[in-house]
Amino acid sequence: MDDTGTVIAFWILSAITVGAALMVAATRNLIHAVVFLIVSFVGVAGLYITLSADFIAVTQVLIYVGAVSILFLFAIVLTPRAGRQNDETFLRLPALVLALLVGATLGFVAIDTDWSIAKRAGFGETASVIGEALLDKYVLPFEIASVLLLVAMLGAIILVRPEGVGGDGDS
Amino acid sequence: MILAAWYDLRDIGNAVGALLDQVKDWGAPDWVPYVVSSVIGIVAIFLWTVLSVLAFIWIERRVVALMQNRIGPNRVGPAGLLQPIADALKLLLKEPVTTRDADKMLFWAAPIIIFIPTIVVFAVIPFGQRMVLADLNVGVLFLIAIGAINTPAVFLAGWSSNNKYALLGAMRTIAMLISYEVVQVLALLGAVVFVGSMRLGDIVSWQHDYNVWLVFLQPLALAAYIIAGAVEMNRSPMDIAEAESEIVAGYHTEYGSIKFGFFYQAEYLAGFAIAAVIVTLYMGGWTAWGLEKWVPGWLIFLAKLYGVFFIYIWSRGTLPRLRVDQLMGFAWKFLLPLSLVNIILAGGEVLLWREAEISDNLALPAFGAVNLALAVVMVVGWGRLLGHGVGRRRGQRALLTQEVGAIFYSGSTVSEPDGAPSRPREAPSGQV
Repeated sequence: MDDTGTVIAFWILSAITVGAALMVAATRNLIHAVVFLIVSFVGVAGLYITLSADFIAVTQVLIYVGAVSILFLFAIVLTPRAGRQNDETFLRLPALVLALLVGATLGFVAIDTDWSIAKRAGFGETASVIGEALLDKYVLPFEIASVLLLVAMLGAIILVRPEGVGGDGDS
Repeated sequence: MILAAWYDLRDIGNAVGALLDQVKDWGAPDWVPYVVSSVIGIVAIFLWTVLSVLAFIWIERRVVALMQNRIGPNRVGPAGLLQPIADALKLLLKEPVTTRDADKMLFWAAPIIIFIPTIVVFAVIPFGQRMVLADLNVGVLFLIAIGAINTPAVFLAGWSSNNKYALLGAMRTIAMLISYEVVQVLALLGAVVFVGSMRLGDIVSWQHDYNVWLVFLQPLALAAYIIAGAVEMNRSPMDIAEAESEIVAGYHTEYGSIKFGFFYQAEYLAGFAIAAVIVTLYMGGWTAWGLEKWVPGWLIFLAKLYGVFFIYIWSRGTLPRLRVDQLMGFAWKFLLPLSLVNIILAGGEVLLWREAEISDNLALPAFGAVNLALAVVMVVGWGRLLGHGVGRRRGQRALLTQEVGAIFYSGSTVSEPDGAPSRPREAPSGQV
């Protein structure tokens, strides 16, 4: 965070990320909100790149832009009355209170924490370091996460499986 | 001094390097060479893509016409050579119509969003020695991530048109892209496992060092990737997203003029990108067993790229379109299990190779032979298991009738209701 290029990139990316996140809340149309959310995700990926976390940045684009946003889009399209405007919800007040509380908590943590600047130099290549960590030190959480995903996948298949379908599934 | 270093015209990267050295000699700050080289790279890639697309519009139309016993465009210019330019001018000059009920903002944004990732992909492709814009160490993952941006962009195009055919096309595209993304990742992983790096430059130099193209080690992965690539670039036989006989033109039904031009060009660029990835990962990139010493590397690369792209033109001209459920079923039931087995196999082989310290000359040919044999066995065996064996249903009723269990006629009208055993009765032999 010392050379001019990084600082300029940081401010531009921050403006994009925060601006898009504000637009998510401000825009009336739900699909537009998802589009702004995607822009915000891309901005966060850019911030990761300025932190030389290239693997996380690419994964952010892959998972959030490529997969999570699709999930949102489908959820909106498949919801009844999805075409309605974004502003008529009766949860307005609780949502506002909750958002303020979350914002206050995060702000307090950000101000209160004694941020120390890392002395260690950044990783040259993050991908191999992350890979080794996942399959060596953190192999158990990694495997638990994969089993969880497998269970979720099987659950989805069982949920949509029509009644009375026999074993081989080939007919 | 620049000119003196230009003797080696086989290597464009060399010339650019000389230019950059010159810039440094002038005492420019550190960032200037980066900016200059980026600008040169971007302009070169952009020019190349535009020229290639223009050329291949003509080539594809003529070649497909030849395959289908037609003549193809032959009016504009000699042998129709100016046809793509005429088409491009027409698209540029046409009025961009926006339908009244369309979502204006997204309707405008979608062609641009879809166009950017397809051209960004080329940033990590090594066109030749020292001819890569950004040799990221997560290059392979970058390719996949950038390809994934296409999915929401296509959906936005379809949704914002406010047209049922467009939305149907978008839905189909998303189902298709998500299914085949898994296959694509697994196929690319096969190459990455062998090389041990996601940097595309490393993958090329690995193939150069071991003197073997990864296609010989991972034939099944390449086959899966070629099929998944056809889906990614939305081409026949996988073009259900814009199946003109079913849903007009899919997600770009409402698009005309240059906005359609963006979709069209993005489709071609996606095709070139897929071909470039295949060439880089599986076919040795810009190297060709020593030929690169005599011929410019980028020329070898482009020759291979166009060769691979020709496969797609060929398949477009000859293969019929798949049905939606067939396409999804093919990804999940056929390609995915085989790709998973292939990954485990590749991992085991690499482990064996590294741990047991088998000599390269013994290990690589053996792996290649084993993988090829297993690929054939798996494809045939798994196909048989799923009931698509060759010759098994020959002389019987059409597959569609069998699968749907629908009405069919044999003498008297018989209908099979749902839940009835759908294995059809044997048709009288000799009767069609």
